[in-house]
Amino acid sequence: MKRKSRGAFLFLTPSVLLLLIFFIVPIILTICFAFTNMALTGSAARNLQFIGFQNFTNMFQDPDFRISVWRTLVFLIFSAVIGQVVLGFILALLMKEKNVTFRRIIGIIVIAGWVTPEIVVAFCMVAFFSDNGSLNQIIGWFGISPVSWLFSFPMVSVIIANIWHGTAFSMMVYQSALDEIPKDIEEAATIDGASNFKILSYITIPMVKGSIVTNMMLVTLQTLGVFTLIYTMTGGGPGTATQTLPVFMYNQAFVNYQFGYGTAISLVLLVIGIVASLFYMKSMKVKV
Amino acid sequence: MVKHRLQRNIQYGILVVLGLCFLLPLFWILLASFDTNAQQGIKFPNFTLDNFSAVLGDSGNLRSFGVGIILSGGQATLVVLASVLAAYPLSRYEMRFKKSFLLSILFMTALPITAVMVPVFQMFLFFKLQNSIFATMLFLTSSSLPYGIWMMKSFMDSVPIDLEEAAWIDGASVWGGLRRIVAPLMLPGIATIAIFTFSGSWGNFFVPYILLQTPEKLPASVTIYQFFGSHGMVEYGRLAAFSLLYTMPSVVLYMFSQRYMSKGFSMGGATKG
Repeated sequence: MKRKSRGAFLFLTPSVLLLLIFFIVPIILTICFAFTNMALTGSAARNLQFIGFQNFTNMFQDPDFRISVWRTLVFLIFSAVIGQVVLGFILALLMKEKNVTFRRIIGIIVIAGWVTPEIVVAFCMVAFFSDNGSLNQIIGWFGISPVSWLFSFPMVSVIIANIWHGTAFSMMVYQSALDEIPKDIEEAATIDGASNFKILSYITIPMVKGSIVTNMMLVTLQTLGVFTLIYTMTGGGPGTATQTLPVFMYNQAFVNYQFGYGTAISLVLLVIGIVASLFYMKSMKVKV
Repeated sequence: MVKHRLQRNIQYGILVVLGLCFLLPLFWILLASFDTNAQQGIKFPNFTLDNFSAVLGDSGNLRSFGVGIILSGGQATLVVLASVLAAYPLSRYEMRFKKSFLLSILFMTALPITAVMVPVFQMFLFFKLQNSIFATMLFLTSSSLPYGIWMMKSFMDSVPIDLEEAAWIDGASVWGGLRRIVAPLMLPGIATIAIFTFSGSWGNFFVPYILLQTPEKLPASVTIYQFFGSHGMVEYGRLAAFSLLYTMPSVVLYMFSQRYMSKGFSMGGATKG
């Protein structure tokens, strides 16, 4: 039984106020500031002006911006889609119907990377990939000479770091989805002589399709916002080799103090996030 | 049958290899924290607790942990309070804008917070709030509110309304019913949300890095970065010990949340790491 009440909406006031001040207003400000020449230093600091689409014209002509978009895409595809989503699914699938203790140990190891705060992950990974780090030690056992991973393959390093940190989440989502598939369906298929690959592609994957789509959107959204990991591992470098959109935005706004330009980049990030978020909501088929 | 067993062993083999890959980076930090001469590579230390006592003996480090606890604890408390209040009418009453409100909340849970940091900094600058722990706490609170409200509402939906109605007949007010009947029954849900919020902001580096300035006000997440970011010669052992100590609360809270989660509450909707 649901009732109507005039006073009940008052309970929403604290939340609505907070969301308004720190969520809605910043979004509106992003839209306004993106069209100004706001800066912390220089002549523009004293002389704030509406400059129309100037920031955006500059942005699309800026080779640094274009390469940042490209790097963001590479980071998203390899660390979110291929890395976390696919690896998470493989882990969940392989762990299905395995020895309980074994399953638990592997689970704990993978989840440990997820529970670890991003900044510690960055630190572990810098050590892992450094010239005298564990990775070079290991390849040394096979007679391969050491590689300056962070210098020669910076993008690969941050992608692997993000996969290490994030995969557990996808793994857990898929584990619970796979556990919900009734056992007899797959058993019946086995008796009918279907190969494992056929069972996987015609039964298992279609049955967890919903979780795959929802998880993919969520992981993509999270990865889009990743700043700490990249900034603390490489600072966006060497040069601009790992400068994704969030790092580029940070550098323009907080290092060069070009707030107007920085906000314009935020707006691009925000629009990508809004589009992805709408897809995400659609994929969830929520009931409210 | 033989083919089947071979397949199973291959699967176990792949899992062991993947497990080792995941273990390696972590293994280093464990070993290094007990080694005063730790380097970037893996080596077995002469086990000593010197790194830990050095980290814990430094008052600056302790203060950064304290600031972290104030920041994340305050935030978690505010998120729980505000979202219990908000969830109540959303779960119990019919309201005109309920559906659009809930959809906007869900929409906000998925937006990357990174994207609004530049205007938020400008706001803080304008209102002279930069370097204020309380204002930073309020911003962190609102950034996790959408998720908190969404979860809290689905937890509250699973508390039967009959119990509350019985209390009303006995003379309890709406507020009294929420406080004495609904909130106690939702404790596992409240704990889960508090833990998720606390861990999320405990591990948050970007927000305090942007909004706070003076070293005394920086939480552990930022101190740890300055530790390995700005020192020329990094003391890896100490840094590893600091990292481990800093990671501990997240690990312990995660284990707690597992216990609460396993009490049979469904996550109901969005699940965010």
